[in-house]
Amino acid sequence: MKISMNWLHEWVNPSISFDELTHRLTMAGLELDGVEAAAADFTGVVIGEIIAVEQHPDAERLKVCQVNIAPDGTDADTLQIVTNVGNVCPSMKVPVATIGAVLAGESVDKPFKIKKTKLRGVLSQGMFCGADTLGINDGSDGLLELPSDAPLGDNIRDYCQLDDQIIELDLTPNRADCLSVEGVAREIGVLSKTAVKTLKIAAVPTSHNESLNVTIDDNQACPRYAGRIIKGINPQASTPLWMKEKLRRAGLRSLSATVDVTNFVLLELGQPMHAFDLDQLQGDIQVRFANNGEKLTLLDGQKISLKDNSLVICDQEHPIALAGIMGGKDTAVDDHTQNIFLESAFFKPEVIAGKARQYGLHTDSSHRFERGVSPDLQVRALERATQLIVDICGGEVGTITEVDHAEALRNRAAIQLRQQRVTKLLGIEIDADLITTMLQGLGCTLKITNEGWQITPPAFRFDMAIEADFIEEIARIYGYDNIPAVLRPFTPRIAVQKEGQLALSRLRDSLIQRAYQEIVTFSFVDAKVETLLAPEQKQTKLANPLSADLEIMRSTLWSGMLKAVASNLNRQQSRLRFFETGLSFIAKSNGLEQRKKLAGVITGNLYAEQWASSNRPVDFYDIKGDVEVLLAQASAQTFRFEAVKHAALHPGQAARIVSDSGNNVGYIGALHPKIQTQLGLNQTVFVFELDLGMMQQKNIPAYQKVSKYPSIRRDLALLVDETVSANDICAAIDKVAKGESNTRIGLQLIDYTLFDLYTGKGLEKGKKSIALGLILQDFSRTLEDAEITAYVDLIVNSLFNETGAILR
Amino acid sequence: MQDLSELLSQALEELSTATDLVTLDTVRVQYLGKKGSLTGQLKQLGKLPPQERRGAGQAINKAKQQLLAAIDQKKTDLQAAALDAKLQSETIDVSLAGRKMEQGGLHPITLTTQRIEAIFSQLGFDIAEGPEIEDDFHNFTALNVPKHHPARAMHDTFYFDDGSLLRTHTSPVQVRVMEKTDPPLRVIAPGRVYRCDSDVTHSPMFHQVEGLMVDTDITFADLKGILDEFFKAFFEVDELPTRFRASYFPFTEPSAETDIQCVLCQGEGCKVCSHTGWLEVMGCGMVHPEVFKQAGIDSEKYTGFAFGFGVERLAMLRYGVDDLRVMFDNDLRFLKQFN
Repeated sequence: MKISMNWLHEWVNPSISFDELTHRLTMAGLELDGVEAAAADFTGVVIGEIIAVEQHPDAERLKVCQVNIAPDGTDADTLQIVTNVGNVCPSMKVPVATIGAVLAGESVDKPFKIKKTKLRGVLSQGMFCGADTLGINDGSDGLLELPSDAPLGDNIRDYCQLDDQIIELDLTPNRADCLSVEGVAREIGVLSKTAVKTLKIAAVPTSHNESLNVTIDDNQACPRYAGRIIKGINPQASTPLWMKEKLRRAGLRSLSATVDVTNFVLLELGQPMHAFDLDQLQGDIQVRFANNGEKLTLLDGQKISLKDNSLVICDQEHPIALAGIMGGKDTAVDDHTQNIFLESAFFKPEVIAGKARQYGLHTDSSHRFERGVSPDLQVRALERATQLIVDICGGEVGTITEVDHAEALRNRAAIQLRQQRVTKLLGIEIDADLITTMLQGLGCTLKITNEGWQITPPAFRFDMAIEADFIEEIARIYGYDNIPAVLRPFTPRIAVQKEGQLALSRLRDSLIQRAYQEIVTFSFVDAKVETLLAPEQKQTKLANPLSADLEIMRSTLWSGMLKAVASNLNRQQSRLRFFETGLSFIAKSNGLEQRKKLAGVITGNLYAEQWASSNRPVDFYDIKGDVEVLLAQASAQTFRFEAVKHAALHPGQAARIVSDSGNNVGYIGALHPKIQTQLGLNQTVFVFELDLGMMQQKNIPAYQKVSKYPSIRRDLALLVDETVSANDICAAIDKVAKGESNTRIGLQLIDYTLFDLYTGKGLEKGKKSIALGLILQDFSRTLEDAEITAYVDLIVNSLFNETGAILR
Repeated sequence: MQDLSELLSQALEELSTATDLVTLDTVRVQYLGKKGSLTGQLKQLGKLPPQERRGAGQAINKAKQQLLAAIDQKKTDLQAAALDAKLQSETIDVSLAGRKMEQGGLHPITLTTQRIEAIFSQLGFDIAEGPEIEDDFHNFTALNVPKHHPARAMHDTFYFDDGSLLRTHTSPVQVRVMEKTDPPLRVIAPGRVYRCDSDVTHSPMFHQVEGLMVDTDITFADLKGILDEFFKAFFEVDELPTRFRASYFPFTEPSAETDIQCVLCQGEGCKVCSHTGWLEVMGCGMVHPEVFKQAGIDSEKYTGFAFGFGVERLAMLRYGVDDLRVMFDNDLRFLKQFN
């Protein structure tokens, strides 16, 4: 909210500096958002009266004016000014920049100085100023015409009180009471311990009894409605300069006198009001909820179709205003309006909240009603506005019609505040008398009790409803800065350190050591990318996405990750190794699953370019090696890789990762070449994704003796069908090594490794050659050749039986 | 019989010209081998008159010893030279880069989060997590933000058709912790949050850390004390002025915005702090009684504080990043700066 310091000073004038005042406001929750001068920086501009206007002899567009700037009662002091302003005429009063005046230039360091000059041969001794030049423009252009009673020769800065600062306060939604000059002044009064003016508003004498009947359908939604008719106002009356200036400094444009008055009262007291053109109304007023589909054309020209959750003001025929938000166009006051019906109502915050938004609106009125206008204000504001309208536009004032069910809202029940709770919450003792003074300053009515106080909050403070609300007020006024910072002594507490729990940080470290770079991508992605990567997955779609490419909650981290790959490839980064952790969102028939995933991607060469190693593009086994390192750390389980068909992956280079408990832990593979092309990636990309929830457990090491006897290695060269997988070979060996009938022998095979693979030249088509190394050892003795051979034979037989492998 | 001394000097002469171990051995065999000339002299001792044998024998043996010693010396010299030559030939350029898979690195948001977690862990805080697609109850209602509350407008919320939403803050984790666990509580909850707002200084997704401490005697003074310590630890400074400004959050009361003295200009005023000398970094306050009530905690018995702050903001201040958007660009050249 923007507010003029001069205006505030009319209400409260504390003897503290501007900086101290704004600091106190900021610290008390009325944050200073900005300060601006009320006008441009200029000097030497005075009020002058145009005496005569003549056409310039040599220039069609120029006029030569004689201007008097001598104060009334003194001899005329006439200047000749040549101007290109069109509408100058004798007896007009205008701001005149005299010779020597310094006006604001195009930039701060280039002021513009007025000198005696000749325009097309004619002497000019100054310049007329428009609102623009003075930096007080409210949207109108051309010459700034001053009232006829403006004192000649006076400095315009004094006359318009332009040496003023406009402060902008950022108000929190609980402080609706500060959305007015009166409210901010009250707050300043408490914070600076300064008396605040009370604006005495007397009832305006009425001169007729004409009024409209007001019926309210729902007293809860509209507990109070006051209105009156004012007849015979002057539609041409212009808003006084002082009011225009106050509105301008608050960021409002002057429109017409009547509307300006209602806006002025809104700013001064915080009561939104509305003036209807009485002659456009069809009979009495009804406040009710709209019927679905009812139409209303608003002041701003927007035609809306009403919803039945919206409160409207109606005449006998139609809705004429969206209650508390905006009036209708058809009944709005205009240049011809002579008879008005002035409305000042209280609508319940809950009824107005969210409704302006629903129609894409946000108005000064809705802003206040949503947060809470004092239910005590309506008649007071109505009288204030009436007086101002009569002063400016004249008119015959009618009696007030009022429907009031807001009694209970004004006279609220007292709330208990215990002094001991103040200390318990704030950590310091605050003097009881001080508390009493602070709360009274905020408008509370107090009764002192044994434990503390019984407090009746003022009607305008919707945010004072429970004990804690008052403690907050006390802390705020006392000053958060005055509450000490205490580092409390802590009860020692040793958190459980679960050694069997695999920390995510360990997995991250493993990847970092393998040259992976962590990325963070948005959780919402492009539907097209999701469709490519997970065509079967039902998509979880945002109702109000920011844009189409941020619309679907990712079901796989690959969606965002591949986008990051694409943008880096476009930036000439051809070797990429990325990982990301975060939730994936998977819609299932029984609801949505949010699962924590760890995903990775590699592309380009295996190594950064270096002189000592020959380089090559990464392949499936590179990324698989990385994943195996991760899985090995989740050592409470073992994991196997099974060939799988996956929509996102190359049909021949894709695996599902399955834990020994049968959980589907994740997928790994080459990105499907078709998708790679569709995503605009011009090189092969390998990806993995693991479910972190399924790999959280690791073994706590359990010591096993190391044999003192030598180990023996036997190598086998086997010829098998190409379709036989490494998994098949291992299964055949395990059948012997872990077989129940071979437990004694099982001890002897301590390790085996598949150390070579060959296909191609020299082999029958469809066959491959595999080299196996078997390592045998015993705990109690050195193994003998015969038993080793017997054991290896068992394995060879098993390999033959299970996979058809033969020794080469 | 050749003169012994002549023979010896001849042998030493030959020895001195030997440049490798093979030549050296040839010399040894020639003079000291079974058929060697010095050995031959010994064999001829018998031909001498007995009274001369002793003297001659001694002379021959002496020459032999002399030659052997010379051969040994020569051998050592040659071996040393050979080793020198070998080492010389094996010398490499140690300034050339090593063979390696280089290190990757963490994203600055993770680095910052880990740092925050480490600091609060020292104060005995546990780390909690919660869902990112939340229900209205946990994100708003349980935090004392009923339907149509104006505070909801401050949270530009992403919704789903079924009424669920993307959490707008990490505060719902606070509620979930209180629902599950009895006080005393010390917990922080880092994570992603979402607001439908996107411009130079707003990202539709960002990260927050929520903090909660509940016990029978927690006060606003404790809140100030812990946050003061946290900021000093985070920025690694001995003193860092903070200020707590009154503010409003529906779920805390009293509520405060926490400013720290601008860490870039030390409070002098600069572009980053909009020339105020202060940086707004956190919202906090004492847990609202209504929030306790929703979570089933007796607010007469327990008090507590909660706070929440943006991770990106702290990361940007710590590492001097002046553009929020680069955090989510994932440009490798940006990411590598944090390795």
